[in-house]
Amino acid sequence: MNDNRFTTRSELIGILVLAALLVVVLPLCLDVFRLNLVAKYLTYAFVALGLVICWGYGGILSLGQGVFFGLGGYCMAMFLKLEASSVANTKIQSTPGIPDFMDWNQITSLPLFWQPFHSLTFTIAAVILVPGLFALIIGAAMFKRRVGGTYFAIITQAVAAILTILIVGQQGYTGGINGMTDLRTLKGWDIRPDHAKVVLYFFEVGLLFVCIFIAQFIRHSKLGRILVAMRDQEDRVRFSGYSVANFKIFAFCVGAVFAAIGGAMFALQVGFMSPSFVGIVPSIEMVIYTAVGGRLSILGAVYGTMLVNFAKTSLSESFPELWLFGLGGLFIAVVLAFPNGLAGIWQDHVQPRIDRLISSRKPKSESGWTDNSVADGAPAE
Amino acid sequence: MSDETSKGLQSPLRRKLLMGAAALPFISMLPRPSFGAGPATSVVNTTGLAVTDTEVTVGILHSATGTMAISETGSIQAEKLAIEQINAAGGVLGRKIKFIQEDGASDWPTFAEKAKKLLVNDKVAAIMGCWTSASRKAVLPVVEQYNGMLYYPTFYEGLEQSKNVIYTGQEATQQILAGLNWIAKEKGAKSFFFIGSDYIWPRTSNKIARKHVENVLKGKVVGEEYYALGSTQFNSVINKIKLTKPDVIFTDVVGGSNVAFYKQLKAAGVDLSKQALLTISVTEDEIDGIGGENIAGAYACMKYFQSLDNANNKAFVPAFKKLWGEKTVIGDVTQAGYLGPWLWKLTCEKAGSFDVDKIAAASPGIEFKEAPEGYVRIHENHHLWSKTRVGKAKLDGQFELIFETSDLVEPDPFPKGYQ
Amino acid sequence: MFGEYSIGDLGSIFVMQGFAGLILFSVYVLMALGLAIIFGQMGVINMAHGEFMILGAYVTWMTSNVFQSYLPGLFSGYFFLAMILAFLASGALGMLVEWVLIRHLYKRPLDTLLATWGLSLMLQQAYRSIFGAREVGVDLPQWMLGSLKVSDSIEVPINGVFVMGLTVLITMAVAYIMYKSRWGRQVRAVVQNRIMAGAVGINTAKVDRFTFALGCGIAGVAGSAFTMIGSTGPTSGQLYIVDTFLVVVFGGAASLLGTIASAFSISQTQSTLEFFMSGSMAKVLTLLAVVGILMLRPQGLFALKVRK
Repeated sequence: MNDNRFTTRSELIGILVLAALLVVVLPLCLDVFRLNLVAKYLTYAFVALGLVICWGYGGILSLGQGVFFGLGGYCMAMFLKLEASSVANTKIQSTPGIPDFMDWNQITSLPLFWQPFHSLTFTIAAVILVPGLFALIIGAAMFKRRVGGTYFAIITQAVAAILTILIVGQQGYTGGINGMTDLRTLKGWDIRPDHAKVVLYFFEVGLLFVCIFIAQFIRHSKLGRILVAMRDQEDRVRFSGYSVANFKIFAFCVGAVFAAIGGAMFALQVGFMSPSFVGIVPSIEMVIYTAVGGRLSILGAVYGTMLVNFAKTSLSESFPELWLFGLGGLFIAVVLAFPNGLAGIWQDHVQPRIDRLISSRKPKSESGWTDNSVADGAPAE
Repeated sequence: MSDETSKGLQSPLRRKLLMGAAALPFISMLPRPSFGAGPATSVVNTTGLAVTDTEVTVGILHSATGTMAISETGSIQAEKLAIEQINAAGGVLGRKIKFIQEDGASDWPTFAEKAKKLLVNDKVAAIMGCWTSASRKAVLPVVEQYNGMLYYPTFYEGLEQSKNVIYTGQEATQQILAGLNWIAKEKGAKSFFFIGSDYIWPRTSNKIARKHVENVLKGKVVGEEYYALGSTQFNSVINKIKLTKPDVIFTDVVGGSNVAFYKQLKAAGVDLSKQALLTISVTEDEIDGIGGENIAGAYACMKYFQSLDNANNKAFVPAFKKLWGEKTVIGDVTQAGYLGPWLWKLTCEKAGSFDVDKIAAASPGIEFKEAPEGYVRIHENHHLWSKTRVGKAKLDGQFELIFETSDLVEPDPFPKGYQ
Repeated sequence: MFGEYSIGDLGSIFVMQGFAGLILFSVYVLMALGLAIIFGQMGVINMAHGEFMILGAYVTWMTSNVFQSYLPGLFSGYFFLAMILAFLASGALGMLVEWVLIRHLYKRPLDTLLATWGLSLMLQQAYRSIFGAREVGVDLPQWMLGSLKVSDSIEVPINGVFVMGLTVLITMAVAYIMYKSRWGRQVRAVVQNRIMAGAVGINTAKVDRFTFALGCGIAGVAGSAFTMIGSTGPTSGQLYIVDTFLVVVFGGAASLLGTIASAFSISQTQSTLEFFMSGSMAKVLTLLAVVGILMLRPQGLFALKVRK
């Protein structure tokens, strides 16, 4: 069990299987409409991945990941909205050249904080930095005072509520409850037609794997092991001379940045952004993706997200009434019966059989509740 | 019985509607009207829509779950009733309307996703749907990109016009101005207090109302307040109202907040028989939750009330209740939802086609003489000409018609001087 | 903004504004009391708290319907019976939930959060299937409507007075149960040291169950009282949950006095701010202030323990 390696052999297989699924199988099997749905699901997978780091490893349950998803999404959407609000497109307004919702709210010139979003470079930096800094501030304030656990969860929830009310209330600057709609082009490239969606899909899958590799790297580094140690025995880590707060802040910021990348991809994929992704309900739903996948499993997060969303789409198409029962039951089942989610089921029931089938040449069997015990893969759908 | 009804089906449209309505409970016992006698599919459908020789598919896209289900259920019911009646009357261009219902789940991206599914996968000829402004804004780029046709039933803030949308509800000026004129004249009102939920429709409506009060009525707005959607604490604003003593309280509070607002208003001793209150957000549906005794005496500015006394409405209300139960009430938006399928049918018949471009082009000028609200006509800007009416809320939850404009009011989604 | 009003006007407005704050305070206390017991004493994060409240509201609604149809003569008094029924119904559901769900999760507080969130989704859908998606309005007996005229310009809503009275009553009852009764001592013993409490012969499982049920029952009464001022729909409960948790956390979770003090300061801040700015901005500023103070003083106003 040499953790200094970047990935173990079975993890590598798991990543390759996921790559094959996302890059080859799904694009071949699904029409563009369904593929676009998968792309939308995958934007949440970024959030779930971030939660694996900060919740699964760090033990910090944030119920405000929607805040970061939203901040990232809004940064991206501001850029796209400005591009869509060219003077030619907005002739009909009393002040052409500003986003339509500003015009409706009697704002006659572009507010100062919108100005830099004319630049794509600035926007990309903002997608990462705005949520990152915000997480840094919250994290520093909370963890330095050793607030954790349930208190942290409730406070992040309040932050999500505040941001939602703020976005809805300041509709002249944010688009209010409607959000920013009708996003059209990225540097002149139309993001709406089918072929653009396909290109964006592959770009997103690429980004997702970058994030997966970062997560793998964190997990196998010393840092990752300190995180896990901290989760299980915080005091011992502190007594060993580590600054527990700084590690927690770091994990929280990584989770926030991942969520923000997901949000930015969402704005690109779906073509709009609205406060309905910022609030408490979506934030908690994002936690369930991670829980279903297995809170300790990096790949599980991706599968969990896809599975829950797939179930949501198909169940709500055929039995809209049953959907909430299904989702509610899923929460309870995951907590009571499968605390390690899909990855746990895979680990406990599927993998042993496979191992028995192929007379295993694996170096060592991994067992127990260590950080890399459940992450080796998850069932393919 | 069945013979009579079959004959009825061949008589003029008006009778068809009445008979269709009367025959609803028997429909399942009747031999289904035979479809397939219309023009060839290749003629009426050149763009690959879901049209066969006997059927045409439309989509219904509303929230059946989530917070908006409260409001949107009525629209779903009205649209289904209209489709059933149209089918009983022989369908559209000889084809039976089949509908696919999708749930927007009170979630705007879901609306966009489902609209795309309806247009791309199901190839529906039209979508009856959306309720909130936010859901419409989410769906609009989709119907424009995939060239669909959306019939949107809610009264809304205006500032929008699309080739691909028919707005069967009233835009803000249509809803508000005549009502303000009436109350200014009737009550000699000079000072107004605005209170609304915090989102685009109340803000835009209040903006228009403010301009009208200040510039046209030469009155004064003494307060303008917004509360987050879902708020249930209004005691502070009620105190402000008491302090400023406005002639008229003008409200556009929506959803569950309504219930809290009127209950607290009543509890604070504001007597609506003495204090004039004009609302543009309370229909019969909302009164169901508010309770008649809490709002009796308030004035609502709408284009339709369930109590309207005309022959069309007298056929519509019983038909609706027969299908959906005696206890259901019919509000303004429900009625506007009912118009959608009918207007679409009439437009298809005028255009002789289901093609969206032809429908969009043929829509202006379409008249629906059997509308429960009376008579409506589609304007060049794809909104409806319709009357503005003021009703007074009664204890039993119904409105008593107090005033209506003598002529149809022209829809003006981009009103000059009000922006 | 006050220049144009007379001193008398202003005086009465301040009185009434203070009263509005008191009503909001009562609402917050009612919401938070049940949660203060469940979260503060047991450490269980019950995200379905709002749904237990709404159950009480629906029970009230059904009771009022029954009285209207069968006992119209006694209608003026139905509300008292409705509150008792609401307490019993929510308490019974709470007991069931504790037995099926919560008791397996005492060692994993964050997981109770997820499980009860799932429970709240299921309850919402159940309400929607049973009672319909529309909001229901509860008819109140005549004597509860309207207001008491104190002076020409000061009017006090009767239902507000009723809610305030109820709040005082329930708070006293809870304080008595928790701090004076034998059972309350058992609860606190279990909270402080479960193993020792068990060793001296307290049936800890039973104490847990009844504590949870008591918290849920109080939520039911709160829901019943809220039918007087708010609306009852399948998702109404969700509106309260964040406010409620903040009140409890801000007060310092394990302290009843803290909960009351925090409800008082939050409600007064909010209703004062509401007078000077729009309702949604007042809400944002109040929440921001609460979160800000919690960052500086995470243990809340009256804290016993917060550090993990």
